[in-house]
Amino acid sequence: MLKKLISAVNAAHNLNVIVTRCKNAAKPVIQAAFPNTIPIMAGYGCLGFALGILMSASGFSPVITIIMSLIVYAGSGQFVAVNLLLSVFNPLGAFLLELMVNARHVFYGLSMLDKYNDAGRKKWYMIAGLTDETFSTNCGVKPPPGIDRGQFMFAITILNHVYWVTAAAFGAVFGAFVRFDANGLDFVMTALFIVIFIEQWLKEKNHASALIGFLLSVACLLYAGAESFLIPAMLAILLALTVLRRPLERLYKL
Amino acid sequence: MMTAGQIIITIAIITASVQITRFAPFLIFPAGKPTPKFIQYLSKVLPSAAISLLVVFCLKNVNIFYGGHGAPELIAIAAVTALHLWKRQMLLSIGVGTVIYMLLIKVTLPF
Repeated sequence: MLKKLISAVNAAHNLNVIVTRCKNAAKPVIQAAFPNTIPIMAGYGCLGFALGILMSASGFSPVITIIMSLIVYAGSGQFVAVNLLLSVFNPLGAFLLELMVNARHVFYGLSMLDKYNDAGRKKWYMIAGLTDETFSTNCGVKPPPGIDRGQFMFAITILNHVYWVTAAAFGAVFGAFVRFDANGLDFVMTALFIVIFIEQWLKEKNHASALIGFLLSVACLLYAGAESFLIPAMLAILLALTVLRRPLERLYKL
Repeated sequence: MMTAGQIIITIAIITASVQITRFAPFLIFPAGKPTPKFIQYLSKVLPSAAISLLVVFCLKNVNIFYGGHGAPELIAIAAVTALHLWKRQMLLSIGVGTVIYMLLIKVTLPF
Protein backbone atom coordinates (compact mmCIF):
# COMPACT_ATOMS: atom_id res chain seq x y z
CA MET A 1 0.00 0.00 0.00
CA LEU A 2 2.71 2.42 1.11
CA LYS A 3 4.93 1.27 -1.75
CA LYS A 4 2.16 1.97 -4.19
CA LEU A 5 1.66 5.41 -2.73
CA ILE A 6 5.38 6.16 -2.91
CA SER A 7 5.61 5.00 -6.52
CA ALA A 8 2.55 7.09 -7.35
CA VAL A 9 4.15 10.13 -5.72
CA ASN A 10 7.37 9.42 -7.62
CA ALA A 11 5.50 9.10 -10.88
CA ALA A 12 3.69 12.35 -10.21
CA HIS A 13 7.00 14.01 -9.43
CA ASN A 14 8.58 12.70 -12.63
CA LEU A 15 5.58 13.87 -14.63
CA ASN A 16 5.87 17.25 -12.99
CA VAL A 17 9.54 17.48 -13.96
CA ILE A 18 8.70 16.58 -17.56
CA VAL A 19 5.83 19.08 -17.72
CA THR A 20 8.04 21.84 -16.26
CA ARG A 21 10.77 21.05 -18.79
CA CYS A 22 8.25 21.18 -21.65
CA LYS A 23 6.85 24.43 -20.28
CA ASN A 24 10.31 25.97 -20.07
CA ALA A 25 11.10 24.88 -23.60
CA ALA A 26 7.75 26.09 -24.95
CA LYS A 27 7.74 29.38 -23.05
CA PRO A 28 9.90 31.49 -25.41
CA VAL A 29 8.03 30.11 -28.43
CA ILE A 30 4.62 30.92 -26.94
CA GLN A 31 5.88 34.34 -25.83
CA ALA A 32 7.11 35.07 -29.34
CA ALA A 33 3.92 33.75 -30.96
CA PHE A 34 1.44 35.48 -28.65
CA PRO A 35 1.65 39.07 -30.02
CA ASN A 36 0.87 37.76 -33.52
CA THR A 37 -2.36 36.23 -32.26
CA ILE A 38 -3.84 39.24 -30.42
CA PRO A 39 -6.10 40.30 -33.34
CA ILE A 40 -7.31 36.70 -33.61
CA MET A 41 -8.03 36.66 -29.86
CA ALA A 42 -10.34 39.67 -30.33
CA GLY A 43 -12.01 38.22 -33.43
CA TYR A 44 -12.46 34.70 -32.08
CA GLY A 45 -13.51 36.14 -28.74
CA CYS A 46 -16.52 37.90 -30.30
CA LEU A 47 -17.47 35.33 -32.93
CA GLY A 48 -16.96 32.34 -30.62
CA PHE A 49 -19.01 34.01 -27.89
CA ALA A 50 -21.84 34.73 -30.36
CA LEU A 51 -21.69 31.15 -31.62
CA GLY A 52 -21.90 29.81 -28.07
CA ILE A 53 -24.96 31.96 -27.29
CA LEU A 54 -26.61 30.91 -30.57
CA MET A 55 -25.97 27.21 -29.84
CA SER A 56 -27.48 27.50 -26.37
CA ALA A 57 -30.42 29.57 -27.64
CA SER A 58 -31.01 26.83 -30.23
CA GLY A 59 -31.26 24.28 -27.41
CA PHE A 60 -27.85 22.60 -27.53
CA SER A 61 -25.94 21.79 -24.36
CA PRO A 62 -22.69 23.71 -23.77
CA VAL A 63 -20.93 20.32 -23.85
CA ILE A 64 -21.90 19.90 -27.53
CA THR A 65 -20.71 23.44 -28.29
CA ILE A 66 -17.35 22.79 -26.62
CA ILE A 67 -16.84 19.42 -28.33
CA MET A 68 -17.74 20.89 -31.74
CA SER A 69 -15.47 23.87 -31.21
CA LEU A 70 -12.63 21.47 -30.38
CA ILE A 71 -13.03 19.02 -33.25
CA VAL A 72 -14.80 20.96 -36.02
CA TYR A 73 -13.06 24.25 -35.16
CA ALA A 74 -14.42 26.31 -38.05
CA GLY A 75 -16.23 29.62 -37.62
CA SER A 76 -18.46 29.67 -40.69
CA GLY A 77 -18.66 25.88 -40.64
CA GLN A 78 -20.07 25.88 -37.11
CA PHE A 79 -22.57 28.68 -37.80
CA VAL A 80 -23.85 26.71 -40.78
CA ALA A 81 -23.88 23.61 -38.55
CA VAL A 82 -26.42 25.27 -36.22
CA ASN A 83 -28.82 25.49 -39.19
CA LEU A 84 -28.08 21.93 -40.23
CA LEU A 85 -28.62 20.54 -36.73
CA LEU A 86 -31.97 22.32 -36.46
CA SER A 87 -33.37 21.06 -39.78
CA VAL A 88 -34.34 17.54 -40.86
CA PHE A 89 -31.80 14.70 -40.78
CA ASN A 90 -29.90 14.85 -44.07
CA PRO A 91 -26.36 13.45 -43.74
CA LEU A 92 -25.44 13.77 -47.43
CA GLY A 93 -26.70 17.35 -47.62
CA ALA A 94 -24.80 18.24 -44.42
CA PHE A 95 -21.63 16.63 -45.76
CA LEU A 96 -21.79 18.42 -49.13
CA LEU A 97 -22.75 21.78 -47.67
CA GLU A 98 -19.89 21.74 -45.15
CA LEU A 99 -17.56 20.63 -47.93
CA MET A 100 -18.61 23.68 -49.95
CA VAL A 101 -18.55 26.09 -47.00
CA ASN A 102 -15.04 24.98 -46.10
CA ALA A 103 -13.71 24.35 -49.61
CA ARG A 104 -11.43 27.35 -49.25
CA HIS A 105 -9.40 25.37 -46.67
CA VAL A 106 -8.21 23.22 -49.57
CA PHE A 107 -6.56 26.28 -51.03
CA TYR A 108 -4.98 27.20 -47.70
CA GLY A 109 -3.62 23.66 -47.53
CA LEU A 110 -2.27 23.91 -51.06
CA SER A 111 -0.44 27.12 -50.20
CA MET A 112 0.94 25.74 -46.92
CA LEU A 113 2.07 22.34 -48.29
CA ASP A 114 5.78 23.07 -48.11
CA LYS A 115 5.79 25.15 -44.94
CA TYR A 116 3.77 22.59 -42.96
CA ASN A 117 5.62 19.58 -44.37
CA ASP A 118 8.78 20.96 -42.78
CA ALA A 119 7.19 20.88 -39.31
CA GLY A 120 7.45 17.11 -38.81
CA ARG A 121 4.82 15.26 -36.80
CA LYS A 122 3.38 18.54 -35.44
CA LYS A 123 2.00 19.20 -38.90
CA TRP A 124 -0.95 16.83 -38.38
CA TYR A 125 -2.32 18.99 -35.57
CA MET A 126 -1.50 22.17 -37.50
CA ILE A 127 -3.47 20.86 -40.50
CA ALA A 128 -6.50 20.08 -38.31
CA GLY A 129 -6.32 23.66 -36.99
CA LEU A 130 -5.83 25.38 -40.35
CA THR A 131 -8.64 27.96 -40.07
CA ASP A 132 -8.92 31.19 -42.09
CA GLU A 133 -7.36 33.16 -39.26
CA THR A 134 -4.56 30.69 -38.52
CA PHE A 135 -3.79 30.54 -42.23
CA SER A 136 -3.61 34.32 -42.52
CA THR A 137 -1.32 34.53 -39.48
CA ASN A 138 0.94 31.62 -40.39
CA CYS A 139 1.10 32.75 -43.99
CA GLY A 140 2.60 36.14 -43.41
CA VAL A 141 4.42 35.74 -40.13
CA LYS A 142 8.17 35.42 -39.60
CA PRO A 143 9.54 33.81 -36.43
CA PRO A 144 12.07 35.88 -34.51
CA PRO A 145 15.70 34.71 -34.75
CA GLY A 146 16.49 31.59 -32.74
CA ILE A 147 12.96 30.20 -32.90
CA ASP A 148 12.08 27.25 -35.08
CA ARG A 149 9.50 28.08 -37.75
CA GLY A 150 7.56 24.85 -37.26
CA GLN A 151 7.31 25.33 -33.49
CA PHE A 152 6.33 28.94 -33.98
CA MET A 153 3.44 28.09 -36.31
CA PHE A 154 2.49 25.22 -33.99
CA ALA A 155 2.25 27.66 -31.07
CA ILE A 156 0.11 30.09 -33.10
CA THR A 157 -2.23 27.23 -34.04
CA ILE A 158 -2.61 26.15 -30.40
CA LEU A 159 -3.21 29.71 -29.13
CA ASN A 160 -5.91 30.38 -31.74
CA HIS A 161 -7.58 27.06 -30.97
CA VAL A 162 -7.62 27.89 -27.26
CA TYR A 163 -9.21 31.31 -27.94
CA TRP A 164 -11.95 29.76 -30.05
CA VAL A 165 -12.90 26.97 -27.64
CA THR A 166 -12.76 29.29 -24.62
CA ALA A 167 -14.93 31.96 -26.24
CA ALA A 168 -17.50 29.43 -27.46
CA ALA A 169 -17.60 27.81 -24.01
CA PHE A 170 -18.19 31.16 -22.31
CA GLY A 171 -20.90 32.06 -24.82
CA ALA A 172 -22.59 28.68 -24.40
CA VAL A 173 -22.62 28.90 -20.59
CA PHE A 174 -23.77 32.53 -20.72
CA GLY A 175 -26.53 31.60 -23.16
CA ALA A 176 -27.59 28.64 -21.03
CA PHE A 177 -27.89 30.58 -17.77
CA VAL A 178 -28.79 34.11 -18.76
CA ARG A 179 -32.20 34.63 -20.30
CA PHE A 180 -31.49 36.49 -23.46
CA ASP A 181 -33.55 37.30 -26.55
CA ALA A 182 -31.25 35.76 -29.17
CA ASN A 183 -33.79 36.17 -31.96
CA GLY A 184 -31.88 37.36 -35.01
CA LEU A 185 -28.43 36.60 -33.58
CA ASP A 186 -27.89 34.19 -36.46
CA PHE A 187 -27.49 37.29 -38.60
CA VAL A 188 -23.88 37.21 -37.35
CA MET A 189 -23.29 34.53 -39.98
CA THR A 190 -24.89 36.56 -42.78
CA ALA A 191 -22.90 39.64 -41.79
CA LEU A 192 -19.71 37.55 -41.63
CA PHE A 193 -20.20 36.29 -45.18
CA ILE A 194 -21.17 39.74 -46.45
CA VAL A 195 -17.92 41.12 -45.02
CA ILE A 196 -15.89 38.26 -46.53
CA PHE A 197 -17.71 38.87 -49.83
CA ILE A 198 -16.83 42.59 -49.77
CA GLU A 199 -13.19 41.88 -48.91
CA GLN A 200 -12.99 39.35 -51.75
CA TRP A 201 -14.71 41.77 -54.13
CA LEU A 202 -12.28 44.61 -53.32
CA LYS A 203 -9.30 42.29 -53.63
CA GLU A 204 -10.07 40.71 -57.00
CA LYS A 205 -9.50 42.40 -60.35
CA ASN A 206 -12.34 40.51 -62.01
CA HIS A 207 -15.76 39.66 -60.57
CA ALA A 208 -16.84 37.02 -63.11
CA SER A 209 -16.63 34.12 -60.67
CA ALA A 210 -18.42 35.98 -57.85
CA LEU A 211 -21.23 36.93 -60.25
CA ILE A 212 -21.51 33.41 -61.68
CA GLY A 213 -21.76 32.06 -58.13
CA PHE A 214 -24.40 34.61 -57.18
CA LEU A 215 -26.59 34.29 -60.27
CA LEU A 216 -26.54 30.49 -60.36
CA SER A 217 -27.30 30.31 -56.61
CA VAL A 218 -30.28 32.66 -56.94
CA ALA A 219 -31.50 30.79 -60.03
CA CYS A 220 -31.31 27.43 -58.23
CA LEU A 221 -32.97 28.92 -55.13
CA LEU A 222 -35.92 30.19 -57.19
CA TYR A 223 -36.18 26.94 -59.12
CA ALA A 224 -35.59 24.32 -56.42
CA GLY A 225 -36.66 26.17 -53.24
CA ALA A 226 -34.85 26.92 -49.96
CA GLU A 227 -34.64 23.31 -48.74
CA SER A 228 -33.06 21.69 -51.76
CA PHE A 229 -31.24 24.34 -53.81
CA LEU A 230 -27.78 23.82 -52.38
CA ILE A 231 -26.58 20.71 -54.16
CA PRO A 232 -27.91 21.81 -57.58
CA ALA A 233 -26.31 25.23 -57.01
CA MET A 234 -22.91 23.69 -56.16
CA LEU A 235 -23.03 21.41 -59.19
CA ALA A 236 -24.12 24.27 -61.45
CA ILE A 237 -21.24 26.46 -60.21
CA LEU A 238 -18.66 23.71 -60.66
CA LEU A 239 -20.02 22.92 -64.12
CA ALA A 240 -20.06 26.59 -65.18
CA LEU A 241 -16.49 27.15 -63.94
CA THR A 242 -15.34 24.01 -65.77
CA VAL A 243 -17.06 24.90 -69.05
CA LEU A 244 -15.93 28.54 -68.88
CA ARG A 245 -12.35 27.65 -67.96
CA ARG A 246 -10.66 29.07 -71.10
CA PRO A 247 -12.42 32.49 -71.13
CA LEU A 248 -12.09 32.81 -67.33
CA GLU A 249 -8.38 31.99 -67.44
CA ARG A 250 -8.02 34.75 -70.00
CA LEU A 251 -10.06 37.17 -67.84
CA TYR A 252 -8.06 36.38 -64.72
CA LYS A 253 -4.80 36.28 -66.73
CA LEU A 254 -3.86 32.88 -65.30
CA MET B 1 -36.27 17.81 -35.00
CA MET B 2 -33.58 15.16 -35.05
CA THR B 3 -33.13 12.43 -32.44
CA ALA B 4 -30.00 12.44 -30.24
CA GLY B 5 -28.48 9.70 -32.41
CA GLN B 6 -29.12 11.65 -35.60
CA ILE B 7 -27.55 14.74 -34.03
CA ILE B 8 -24.41 12.76 -33.12
CA ILE B 9 -24.19 11.32 -36.65
CA THR B 10 -24.64 14.80 -38.15
CA ILE B 11 -21.91 16.26 -35.91
CA ALA B 12 -19.56 13.41 -36.88
CA ILE B 13 -20.27 14.02 -40.56
CA ILE B 14 -19.75 17.77 -40.20
CA THR B 15 -16.42 17.14 -38.44
CA ALA B 16 -15.31 14.70 -41.14
CA SER B 17 -16.36 17.06 -43.91
CA VAL B 18 -14.56 20.09 -42.44
CA GLN B 19 -11.40 18.11 -41.67
CA ILE B 20 -11.36 16.53 -45.14
CA THR B 21 -11.08 20.02 -46.63
CA ARG B 22 -8.02 20.62 -44.45
CA PHE B 23 -6.28 17.26 -44.82
CA ALA B 24 -7.01 16.55 -48.50
CA PRO B 25 -4.20 18.69 -49.98
CA PHE B 26 -1.59 17.09 -47.71
CA LEU B 27 -2.82 13.57 -48.45
CA ILE B 28 -3.40 13.98 -52.21
CA PHE B 29 -0.31 16.03 -53.02
CA PRO B 30 2.68 14.65 -51.13
CA ALA B 31 5.60 16.99 -50.60
CA GLY B 32 7.50 17.97 -53.72
CA LYS B 33 4.97 17.17 -56.49
CA PRO B 34 3.34 19.90 -58.64
CA THR B 35 -0.44 20.40 -58.31
CA PRO B 36 -2.57 19.65 -61.42
CA LYS B 37 -3.43 22.68 -63.57
CA PHE B 38 -7.20 22.26 -63.16
CA ILE B 39 -6.91 22.30 -59.34
CA GLN B 40 -4.73 25.42 -59.52
CA TYR B 41 -7.39 27.04 -61.73
CA LEU B 42 -10.21 26.08 -59.33
CA SER B 43 -8.21 27.37 -56.36
CA LYS B 44 -8.22 30.78 -58.08
CA VAL B 45 -11.86 31.04 -59.17
CA LEU B 46 -13.88 28.83 -56.80
CA PRO B 47 -13.50 30.87 -53.55
CA SER B 48 -15.38 33.92 -54.92
CA ALA B 49 -18.22 31.78 -56.28
CA ALA B 50 -18.43 29.84 -53.00
CA ILE B 51 -18.73 33.04 -50.95
CA SER B 52 -21.56 34.23 -53.21
CA LEU B 53 -23.33 30.91 -52.67
CA LEU B 54 -22.92 31.29 -48.90
CA VAL B 55 -24.45 34.76 -48.94
CA VAL B 56 -27.47 33.41 -50.85
CA PHE B 57 -27.61 30.41 -48.49
CA CYS B 58 -27.84 32.72 -45.46
CA LEU B 59 -30.76 34.57 -47.03
CA LYS B 60 -32.58 31.51 -48.37
CA ASN B 61 -35.43 31.74 -45.85
CA VAL B 62 -36.22 35.42 -46.41
CA ASN B 63 -39.85 35.66 -47.46
CA ILE B 64 -40.80 38.85 -49.26
CA PHE B 65 -44.51 38.13 -48.71
CA TYR B 66 -44.37 37.67 -44.94
CA GLY B 67 -43.03 39.26 -41.77
CA GLY B 68 -40.68 42.12 -42.59
CA HIS B 69 -40.91 41.37 -46.33
CA GLY B 70 -37.12 41.16 -46.41
CA ALA B 71 -36.74 44.76 -45.26
CA PRO B 72 -34.76 43.97 -42.04
CA GLU B 73 -32.31 41.86 -44.06
CA LEU B 74 -31.97 44.52 -46.76
CA ILE B 75 -31.42 47.37 -44.29
CA ALA B 76 -28.98 45.39 -42.13
CA ILE B 77 -26.98 44.25 -45.17
CA ALA B 78 -26.85 47.84 -46.44
CA ALA B 79 -25.58 48.92 -43.00
CA VAL B 80 -22.91 46.19 -42.94
CA THR B 81 -21.79 47.09 -46.46
CA ALA B 82 -21.66 50.84 -45.86
CA LEU B 83 -19.90 50.48 -42.50
CA HIS B 84 -17.41 48.00 -43.88
CA LEU B 85 -16.55 50.10 -46.93
CA TRP B 86 -16.09 53.06 -44.60
CA LYS B 87 -14.11 51.57 -41.71
CA ARG B 88 -12.90 48.16 -42.97
CA GLN B 89 -13.25 46.86 -39.40
CA MET B 90 -14.63 43.33 -39.68
CA LEU B 91 -15.91 43.00 -36.10
CA LEU B 92 -17.46 46.47 -36.08
CA SER B 93 -19.36 45.79 -39.33
CA ILE B 94 -20.62 42.42 -38.11
CA GLY B 95 -21.51 43.66 -34.61
CA VAL B 96 -23.40 46.78 -35.67
CA GLY B 97 -25.16 44.96 -38.53
CA THR B 98 -26.33 42.18 -36.23
CA VAL B 99 -27.61 44.58 -33.56
CA ILE B 100 -29.51 46.57 -36.22
CA TYR B 101 -31.02 43.35 -37.54
CA MET B 102 -32.05 42.14 -34.06
CA LEU B 103 -33.76 45.46 -33.37
CA LEU B 104 -35.47 45.54 -36.78
CA ILE B 105 -37.04 42.10 -36.47
CA LYS B 106 -38.43 43.07 -33.06
CA VAL B 107 -40.22 45.96 -34.78
CA THR B 108 -41.39 44.15 -37.90
CA LEU B 109 -42.19 40.68 -36.51
CA PRO B 110 -45.89 41.30 -35.60
CA PHE B 111 -46.86 42.30 -39.15
